[in-house]
Amino acid sequence: MKASAFAYARATSVVNALELLAAYGDKAKVLSGGQSLMPAMNLRLISPEFIVDIGELAELRGIVVKGDVLTVRALTRHVDVLGSPEIATHAPLLRDATSHVAHPAIRNRGTLGGSLAHADPAAELPACMVALGATVIVCGPQGERRIPAQEFFTGIYETALSPQELLVAVELPVAQKDSAHFFHEFARRQGDYAIVGLAAQAIIQGDQFADLRLGFFAVGDRPLLAKAAENLVNVAVTSEVLASASAALSEELDPQEDQQATPAMRRHLAKVLLSRCVATLLSRPDLREGARA
Amino acid sequence: MTPVPISLEVNGERVEAHVLPRLNLADFLREHLKLTGTHVGCEHGVCGACTVRFNGEIARSCLILAVQAQEGSVETIEGLSDSGEIADLQAAFRDRNSLQCGFCTPAMLMVAQDLLKQTPVPDREEIREHLSGNYCRCTGYQAIVDAIETTARLRAERAP
Repeated sequence: MKASAFAYARATSVVNALELLAAYGDKAKVLSGGQSLMPAMNLRLISPEFIVDIGELAELRGIVVKGDVLTVRALTRHVDVLGSPEIATHAPLLRDATSHVAHPAIRNRGTLGGSLAHADPAAELPACMVALGATVIVCGPQGERRIPAQEFFTGIYETALSPQELLVAVELPVAQKDSAHFFHEFARRQGDYAIVGLAAQAIIQGDQFADLRLGFFAVGDRPLLAKAAENLVNVAVTSEVLASASAALSEELDPQEDQQATPAMRRHLAKVLLSRCVATLLSRPDLREGARA
Repeated sequence: MTPVPISLEVNGERVEAHVLPRLNLADFLREHLKLTGTHVGCEHGVCGACTVRFNGEIARSCLILAVQAQEGSVETIEGLSDSGEIADLQAAFRDRNSLQCGFCTPAMLMVAQDLLKQTPVPDREEIREHLSGNYCRCTGYQAIVDAIETTARLRAERAP
């Protein structure tokens, strides 16, 4: 199908975009790369009256490292993330995850800010933000707000953004010494949305986790930072320890049913991912099959 | 909803038009410019049949508004074909019967050429990955991958 009719404005600056959003409120939608918004409009899932195109705002482009903080501005495209030496060095989890986002033609247009504002619970990048402890920076009529990623995602396609606000950047802590990451997702085909996925960031000292952040996606209405990780930190991980973490994970998951999988299948796959993640990060192949039961 | 003036380059030629904001680039190319080699399949970015080059990079023309193409550069299959850039790839598709109904073919060629520019001699896995966003509902993937592999090899042999 085709999108229904709407009025269109090409924003000339962030200030101008905010003025337009202030004027049109929830009748307006922000267009960045359009790789989620346009499908939704073509399918008539949404019919905004007004489109604010921020695609030409150079001030929303760029990747900057300053001290311990990596700032990725909202219009950074997936292809830019994949080609960025700063991201490869300071947030390799984000690079790995982005290679799983859709297909080359989509990655040439889709943006990080767009993906986060869209907040699909099966998307890779929101889960990375939660695992990396990102701060989402938004601008609105009252100025700037800094929102921890975990508070930013509030439900299926729902975020803490108000209709008058614009997501302008995310800040990520740069990867520390001894840090390691794991990314894997189960999908029926390359580039599809995940059935279940895991974006994990860890600090490993000796043969133990000093920190472990497990960002699961497609297991509920928003990315889940699994508390089960606490069971695995600062302990010698045995198959019993992994089994208890796996049981704890099962408790906190609330997976949804859709055409792709039942809740039971998602729960099972999430536990498989947990085992593989722990086995990979600790170089312990013996744990790979460890806690399936 | 009033038409918006746009000015862009299509296959090397300057195009000026007035378009409604809701018009997507695929329909603009097909209906306003009669460049019907760009096909419209699913209209929500899944099938890949509408893939064009936008500012030198492949993109879904059903997910770009014509108004977003302002000051941009679009290359369609007509442009790639007329310039001779993909003549060898097209010949390989013919030789290997890599098209049946032909609906997906323009975009397959577009995406294959994009891959070969980035990765001159890709393995079959890399070819499949780069083509993963393009559907062939005749399911002739094997022959498509063969033709791309052959073209890559022939180009590598010809290279100085």
